[in-house]
Formats: sequence, C-alpha cells, structure tokens
Amino acid sequence: MKIGVFVCHCGSNIAGTVNVGSVAEEALKLPSVAFASDTMYACSEPGQDAIIEAIKEHRLDGVVVASCSPRMHEPTFRKTVERAGLNRYMFEMANIREHVSWIGKDKDANTRKAVDLVAMAVAKLTQDRELTPKTFDINKRVLVIGGGVAGIQAALDCADGGLEVVLVEKTSSIGGKMSKLDKTFPTVDCSSCILGPKMVDVAQHPNITLYASSEVADVKGYVGNFNVSINRKATYVDWAACTGCGLCMEKCPSKKSRDVFNEEIGTTTAINIPFPQAIPKKASIDPEFCLKLTKGKCGVCEKVCPTNAIRFEQKQETAEEAVGAIITATGYDLFDYTRYEEYGGGRYADVITSLQYERLLSASGPTGGHIKRPSDGKEPKDVVFIQCVGSRDKSVDRPYCSGFCCMYTAKQAILTKDHLPESQSYVFYMDIRAPGKLYDEFTRRAMEEYGTKYIRGRVAMVYPKGDKYIVRGADTLMGAQVEVEADLVVLAVGAEAAKGAPQLAEKLRISYDAYGFYMESHPKLRPVETNTAGVFLAGSCQGPKDIPTSVGQGSAAAAKVLALFSKDQLESDPQVSVVDIKRCVGCGKCIQTCPFGAIEEMDFRGMPKANVIETICQGCGICTSTCPQGAIQLQHFTDNQILAEVNAICQQTPAQNLK
Amino acid sequence: MSSSLTFAYYPGCSGQGTSIEYDKSTRAVCKALGIELVDIPDWSCCGSSPAHTVDHILSAALSARNILQAEDMDVQGIITPCPSCLTNLKVASHRMRDEQFKEKVDDLLNEPCRNDLPIMSVLQVIYEKLGPKALAAKVTNPLKGLKLAPYYGCIMNRPPEVMDFDDCENPVAMDHLMEAVGAEVMPFPLKVECCGASFGVARNDVVTKLSGKLLDVAADCGAAAMVTACPLCQMNLDMRQDQINRANKSSHKMAVFYYTQLIGKALGLSDASLMLDKLCVDPGHLFREIETARTADAV
Ligand SMILES: Cc1cc2nc3c(=O)[nH]c(=O)nc-3n(C[C@H](O)[C@H](O)[C@H](O)COP(=O)(O)OP(=O)(O)OC[C@H]3O[C@@H](n4cnc5c(N)ncnc54)[C@H](O)[C@@H]3O)c2cc1C
Ligand code: SF4
Ligand code: SF4
Repeated sequence: MKIGVFVCHCGSNIAGTVNVGSVAEEALKLPSVAFASDTMYACSEPGQDAIIEAIKEHRLDGVVVASCSPRMHEPTFRKTVERAGLNRYMFEMANIREHVSWIGKDKDANTRKAVDLVAMAVAKLTQDRELTPKTFDINKRVLVIGGGVAGIQAALDCADGGLEVVLVEKTSSIGGKMSKLDKTFPTVDCSSCILGPKMVDVAQHPNITLYASSEVADVKGYVGNFNVSINRKATYVDWAACTGCGLCMEKCPSKKSRDVFNEEIGTTTAINIPFPQAIPKKASIDPEFCLKLTKGKCGVCEKVCPTNAIRFEQKQETAEEAVGAIITATGYDLFDYTRYEEYGGGRYADVITSLQYERLLSASGPTGGHIKRPSDGKEPKDVVFIQCVGSRDKSVDRPYCSGFCCMYTAKQAILTKDHLPESQSYVFYMDIRAPGKLYDEFTRRAMEEYGTKYIRGRVAMVYPKGDKYIVRGADTLMGAQVEVEADLVVLAVGAEAAKGAPQLAEKLRISYDAYGFYMESHPKLRPVETNTAGVFLAGSCQGPKDIPTSVGQGSAAAAKVLALFSKDQLESDPQVSVVDIKRCVGCGKCIQTCPFGAIEEMDFRGMPKANVIETICQGCGICTSTCPQGAIQLQHFTDNQILAEVNAICQQTPAQNLK
Repeated sequence: MSSSLTFAYYPGCSGQGTSIEYDKSTRAVCKALGIELVDIPDWSCCGSSPAHTVDHILSAALSARNILQAEDMDVQGIITPCPSCLTNLKVASHRMRDEQFKEKVDDLLNEPCRNDLPIMSVLQVIYEKLGPKALAAKVTNPLKGLKLAPYYGCIMNRPPEVMDFDDCENPVAMDHLMEAVGAEVMPFPLKVECCGASFGVARNDVVTKLSGKLLDVAADCGAAAMVTACPLCQMNLDMRQDQINRANKSSHKMAVFYYTQLIGKALGLSDASLMLDKLCVDPGHLFREIETARTADAV
C-alpha cells in the first residue's frame, strides 16, 4: 500500500509550536508511506491541488492529512481524494492543532506527539477498506414545530417553495409571543397588522397542514425519512364543524377562566377563541373551568352552537405524519419573576410583567388599549420599568442577556407617553444594549423626545405605600440611592427556554445548553443546523432573539430544507455496524444496548441472529463493545483498525527516535 | 442524647442587659415547649460588630471558642436568640470549612474545634423542629385580633448561603408562628430592611430615618404592634421611638415585642417571666383589648 502524508502549517496555528518539517520527514520513514510533505494551508485550493497531484504522481492508495479537527475539514479532504480517483474512506486525519499545537508550547514535545498521531493515522489507514454509501429516497415533506413568527416564516417559505408542510403548534392558535404584542420596535408598527396577514396565509396555503393544540409525541427515523406521531389534545369542540362564530363565548357562564392569551390580565370564558385574529379561528374548552366537565351541569354552549360542534366526550388523538426534514421553532418562555421576593414575589397587583403590559397597551386587549392599573383600574401617572429581571443575574442562574428587553422597554416607555401624555416613565437599567439597525436611535428617542428618565442601577426593593409603590434602587452614575414613587411597576422579564424544550430535544436527538436552549451545529457557520442531520432550528428556541432575527432564521432554515430537498436521493453513511453472521450467537445483548433501536432479531436458518437496520444506525459503536463474540463491527472503526492505532503508539515509535 | 430537643444555649451579652427580657422570655418559652436549653459553660462575647471589622481570624476565634465549649456537651446543636451572635457563630463556622483558615483559628484555641455542630437561631428551632402546628396545639390564650407587623431585621437570613434559613427577601417563619398563636399578621413589606443598627449612638439621624420608616410603614399597613427577633432592632424601634417621633414629627405609640414574649403570652406564661414591663412603649392596652374581646365572645 502506498500512503501520502500532508502536514499542515495552518499559517502559524500549527507551525508556531510544531516543527512541521520534521513531522513530514519522520512520516516518510514509516512503512507504507510513499510520499510526505508539509503544506501551508492544506484546505486551500493550492493545498488540495497538491494532494491530488501527489496521489496521481505517486499512485497513492490513501492519504493522511495532519491538520485540524475532523469536525470541519474531514468532508473537505474526503472530496479531495475522491476527485483524485480514490475512495473517500481511504483517508485519515490526524488532529495536530486542537490536540497538539493549541494546547502546549513545548515545541519538541509537540513535534513528538504530532509524529505519534501521524503514525497512528497511517497505521489505521493500512487497515482501511473502501466503503460505498447507499442511496435512498427523500420524503419531500417538512415538519415545522412551533407556530411563532419564526415557525410561520419557515412554514410559508417552504410551502412557497413547493414543499408540503406540517405545522404543529402547542396552543390553540399560531402567532406566538408576537401575536400578544401591541407595537413593535424600532418602527412602532402594529404587531397584529404585520403578523395577521402571515397567519392568514398559513391558514389558506394549500401546502400547509396545521395541527394546533398539538404536540410532537415521538420522532422515529432519520434525515429524509422521519415518522412523527403528533398528539392532538382534546379541545372538546369538533373543529371541522366549528365556524368560529363566537356565540358560545357570549353565553358561557363560566366567565372566570384563565386567560392565557392575555397573560392573565383579566379572565375569559371556559369555551373561548383566544383572540379575534386567532388562526385557526376555532373554539376550545378549558376543561379546568368548564362547568359541564367539572361538575356535570351546564352544557349551554352545546345548546347555542349553531353547528353542533361541541363534543364533551372528545379524547386526545394521535396523528402520524411522514416527513423528510424538521424545523424546530418552539421559541421561548418568560422568566418567572415571582422568584424575586424583593419585587413582591407576585404579591403586588400593580407589579406586572412586560408582556402583561403589552396586553394593557393593545387595543384588542382586556382594557381596550387603555392603560389601567390591575388593582383599581386607575390610570397610572408614574410608571417604573425595571430591566434585567431574570437576565444577567447569576443569583437566579440566568447569567445571560435576553437581548430584546432594553429595546422593548424603550418601546413601552414611548407608548406610555403616547397613551398618557401626563405620565412620567422611569427605566432602571444596567446597560442599554441596542446594537441593531436604528436601535440606538430608538432608545435615544425614548430619552430625548419622550422624556423617559433612565436611571442606571439595579432596583433593590419594591414595596407598597398607601396606594403607590416605592421603588428603591441605586443610581450608579450619581453614586446615590434613589426612591421613586410609582403607580405601576413593569418588570422587563427575561427570556428562558420554552417549557418542555429539553424533552422535545430528547425526542429530536438534538443537543441543548445548560438553560434548555437548542444548540446550533456551529455558532458562526452553521447557525440554523443541528448536529442531527435533517433537523434545523429557527428563532428564539436557540437563544433569545428579536423579531427581525427570528424571521431571518425562519427563512434561513427553510432555505436549508429546500437545498436538502433539491436532490431526489440522499446518501446514507456507510459507517454503520455490520453483524458477522457466522460469529453471532443471537444473545441479543446488542439489541438491548443500542440507544437508537437500530438492531433487530432475525431468523437465519432457524437460528436467531442480530441484524442492523442501516438507515437507523448512527454509528455510535456501543454495540461493538457489548457483543461478547466480537461479532458486530462498526465499519471504518473495526477492532483491527483501532488495534492498529493502539499498536502504533505502543511500539517503539518514530517519535522516540527524535530524542 | 438526653431529651429529643436539647441544645447548647448561647445567650449573648445583650441578653444579660439591654435585652434581658428576650433572654428570659426565650428560656420560659423553650421550657414550656419542651426545648431544653443548656448554657454553654464559661461562654464569652462573640465580638459583636467590632471584632470582624478588625480581623476575620480573631473574630472567628472568639466564636470558635464558644463552639468548642459546646462540643463536649450532649446536645443537638448550638442555638442563640440573637441574630448578631448567630451571624458571628455561623460565619466563623462557615469560614472554618476552609482548612487553611481553620488552622489559623485553631492555633488561637486551646484545642482544635471539630466544627460539626449545627448552629441555629432559637426561631429556626421552634419553626423547624417544633413547627407552627405543634405550637398552635399548646396555645391556651390565643392573641386573637392582635394586628402585627413581623420584622426580621436585615441579618437574620443573610447572606443566604451562610444563614441557610427561610427566604432572604421575604422570610415567613415568624409570620407563621404568630399566626399559630392566633395573631393577625399584616402584609408588612419591610421585613428585612435595616433599622440603622448600631448607628443609634454615632449617627442618631440614620436610625431615626430608617427606623422611622419602619414604624410609618407598619402603621400604614394597619399593625397595632411590631414583633421582632433581634435585640438591636427592638431597641431602636422601642427605646428610641421617642427620639424617632421627635426627629420625624410623628406620634407613634407602637409596642415592639420580642416574638418569644408573644408566644409566652399565648401559652399563658406569667407577665413576670416574659418581663413585659421592660418594654418602653407600654403594650398593656393591647392585651386588655384581647381579653375584653375574649370575654365578650364567651358571653
Ligand atoms: C414584552 C415583550 C415585547 C417584545 N417586543 C418586541 C418588539 O417590539 N420587536 C421585536 O422585534 N421583538 C419583540 N419581542 C421579542 C419577540 O417576542 C420575539 O422575538 C419573537 O416572539 C420570537 O419568535 P419565535 O417564533 O422564535 O418564538 P415565540 O414567539 O415564543 O413562538 C414559539 C411558538 O412555539 C410554540 N411552542 C413552544 N413549544 C412548543 C412545542 N413543544 N410544540 C409545539 N409548539 C410549541 C409556542 O406556543 C409559540 O407559539 C418582545 C418580547 C417581549 C417579551
Ligand atoms: S359547558 Fe363548559 S364551555 Fe360550555 S358553556 Fe358551559 S361552562 Fe362554558
Ligand atoms: S452502532 Fe450504535 S446505533 Fe448502530 S447499531 Fe450499534 S449501538 Fe446501534
């Protein structure tokens, strides 16, 4: 076998602390190595061309590149060797950057370690076999989970691109947080005027199937062929019959039901359509408050409903959908501010959240857009906004910045002045973070044109005094303690991961961070991909984001799906487990141990044997170390290949010759 | 171990003088509730505020000496009524978890301190080991109709990682105990605000301002009396109430109790054992009102 070795400088990234020249020299002394050289940037065009040339000139059978982590460039170099006519699995990478040059400064020791790693890669390559991926058909349908603005955008773009879309939304209407907002920064345009038409488009698009009041129960399969079970919660109304006329809402006697859409400012009826622009515009019954479902009496809605849509006996149902890709857009939830006992811990009626305030500002909200205090319905005069409640605060385990609160607080201060010209707003802030286009100008306007008083410092305490509230905090610019008397206190609560986000991640087999936000595949270069092929991210499920960014990501994820679906077939990864029928004794240990359910029992001439379902196997290799017979081997990571590497470092190594 | 609730008792210096009624009523209440207090033999001052402002090691040694004295006793822990003593004991014990720190402290002691006894306030023991329910069962003279502002002071629960008891912004232990003895607890929002502490001497204006605010807000929320767990807070609010009224042109006549005095009252203990006569603002009328209401109810 003839092997070529290429040792990369990576500019000074590697060459700075590794003697790449002598690594190449030592490599040339290894058995089977027919060619070795160092190269400035192996991944650059001249770098790749040099590899191709060497393969042709020296008739190489395989190539080792000693450079960076395979995460980024293994696919690059596999393509390179393929262009030179080799099988792409006749290639190995030695990571001498992350594993060597970046972690040690001792050039001699680094060089020795690099030589060892190259020797291992060469040893493995001598055992490598050509592998050929199989191809399979793609199911060109896409599942979008979460119907906030990010999910809506992704669904519409995919549908406009000709794909069939299945949109699953947990609540009874799509729209997400944006549908609860009054106006949006930095242009102060009406939120429902810009979101409403998009929601209607979703409802009317022939390519979109919408499951509202539904959640994903289970996901099986792999990129190109996922099978998804969807739980459709009981709404106690037959949506095929319901016309959204709202008669039931007028007549329902249970008027003190929880109003989730209005963030519990006010109450609603047990049977309700959450808001006038809801999509789908269908009624649902809240079983906790329905008199019929709790006490067995009432049934008024059943009598008044002109289309006989009420179904008290309705049960949760399951729907199955087959798709080829999944976009996750489950958004965020708000930090539970009642953890701040110093702000009243939820005991003071007029200390409310920013999202509750949006509902007070909204013309379609419970007060018809008049700002009124929840306690006594009076118009407030002095309104205090407290920023960073549940953001940038290690003591509540929320060290991160929620990103959009500075901006929406400025917006709310401006709107407060518009609604109540006599009012005075105060904002307690830590720093003002307004880095978007026209954003800083916007916060300036809140201060300069609208006379909002910005006080830089944390609030230590809020407490009632008479029918007002004392807000006490620090003014760190003045170096003084300040107390402001407020009629209404609005807490700019931070964003946290959507409830149930980690559980959904487990079903999708994607990673999430310590706070439950989903992890992108690369923080800079692969922002809407996950590490699970075929699963994409959009919007604030990945981390707090404002509307423009969420919409941008919705479109980006759609573009990724359209690109994936531009082919009719996908290649499966041949790095999967294979059972040696002769050795397998059918003990079934591998079946129990495989976390993906990729191994099944099959009958082989009357004997039980293990069989790997190639398309499900993720190549984790757990089964290979479980099998007592050594009968199951992971392709490209067989026992022989790994032992060759082990032998290479345990032998009298070329590195020791360097001393 | 003797009875199931036996503790080494650290009375603290103020308990010998300015807050003798706190010490006496604590002993009387614990006796009535079956909590056995055994005084730490030859205990000494914890150093109060001055010691730890000068030197952490010397300050810790003062408390460590008292902890050491208790280590050979057959007890479940060390308890003290005073939040300031409690802070010194707990901070010393907390810091001594650092081996290097502990070595320096041990060098100053006759023998090394084991530092393994739990350290609690009397309030924590009554609240957690006995509990409001068990307390309520022993009440003979419920304080029905007595409207109270519960005031914990700023150090009883802080810093939370050291004090490890109740919520540090909105503590509720005393609230629940007062409810258990039949009193009505008002939503007093300044439970953990500073009263001005020892500034009463050096900068009296600080205390008249801060404690004045506490009295104002207590009155605003309809309290007829305040109840505290701290000798310094009690002194500022009670003994200095005249100074506060003069400085702020207010006219408060707010009785300021130790919570132990009120528990004792509800358990039917004698006024003498609770030393109610030591309070500067006379609370007599409050008890007469409770009594009148009770006889009216009985008729
Ligand atoms: C008070 C306030 C004011 C704001 N004002 C502005 C503004 O003026 N301008 C601006 O740009 N941004 C503003 N924002 C930010 C804005 O809300 C977000 O940028 C935007 O909502 C993000 O959209 P999203 O689709 O990612 O998430 P979301 O709006 O949170 O939508 C997520 C959707 O997914 C659904 N979902 C969650 N979990 C599941 C599940 N497991 N299965 C199915 N469905 C699920 C949810 O029900 C929801 O419908 C504001 C935020 C707040 C709190
Ligand atoms: S049956 Fe339930 S939902 Fe229908 S009207 Fe009565 S309370 Fe409302
Ligand atoms: S390699 Fe992993 S995924 Fe594949 S069959 Fe074995 S255990 Fe299952």
